[in-house]
Amino acid sequence: MDFNQDCFALFGLPRRQELDTLRLEALYRDLQARVHPDKHAHLSPAEQRQAMQWATRVNEAYLTLKDPLRRARYLLELAGHDVRLETNTAMPAAFLMAQMELREAVAAAKAGRDIDALDALQRRLEKEIRAEHASLQAALEGGDPARAGELVRQLMFQEKLLHEIGDALEVLET
Amino acid sequence: MSYSTKVIDHYENPRNVGSFGKDEEGIATGMVGAPACGDVMKLQLKVGKDGVIEDAKFKTYGCGSAIASSSLVTEWVKGKTLDEALAIKNTQIAAELALPPVKIHCSILAEDAIKAAVADYRRKREEC
Repeated sequence: MDFNQDCFALFGLPRRQELDTLRLEALYRDLQARVHPDKHAHLSPAEQRQAMQWATRVNEAYLTLKDPLRRARYLLELAGHDVRLETNTAMPAAFLMAQMELREAVAAAKAGRDIDALDALQRRLEKEIRAEHASLQAALEGGDPARAGELVRQLMFQEKLLHEIGDALEVLET
Repeated sequence: MSYSTKVIDHYENPRNVGSFGKDEEGIATGMVGAPACGDVMKLQLKVGKDGVIEDAKFKTYGCGSAIASSSLVTEWVKGKTLDEALAIKNTQIAAELALPPVKIHCSILAEDAIKAAVADYRRKREEC
């Protein structure tokens, strides 16, 4: 195995956003079985250390490719496009306004322990996220990195909020 | 990760939280967001006829550092002209709050919120 390979090459997968996750899982299990440290207990300390590094590398690559948003960010990075997640704060005003309102609604539902309202917000957000992932894939496959970058930045907000709603529901339902 | 005492103070007792009434005069609004952490920040300035910022309010959905950065900024901009407010740099905010490197983007967000609010004010003035 070659340490300089990108995550797609590591699994022998084509470098694209569309991905068969079941196939990725199977490839991951294969690779992981080959590099698992237990298999190398009989080797020298140096060889064991290398096997450990490989296991870590395979895990990281798997996590990078499994999640569609991380995969998209990685594809943009590989193609040399900086998404500027840290410094690009000028999101479209209408998007930010909608995000602000959504967060207010989530905060109110959390405070009021309103599971139905949180459920409804979760469904609405999931629908939006699905649609945006479809657009993101189209932008990546259609060679529009600027649009893809925009969608990645928007999805960072939406997926974070979706996690928050999920956490709140978990707390309320237990 | 541990927060500095100043961050905790602003987080527990945030200054100037809220929004101005829709009909109030001289209100400028800056909306910004940080994709890295999904934080959203709204900063509003109430600007007097002399161009001095009389009051400021904020609403931030984000981590303690983002809330502290915006809370601090609402205190700093009061009594300043728009140009003086624009001179506030994220490095000053980060230094005052002793933000760790991974939280620098929170101070960038607060600086950009001032810029966005001032731009909004100037745009509205040109339209009149």
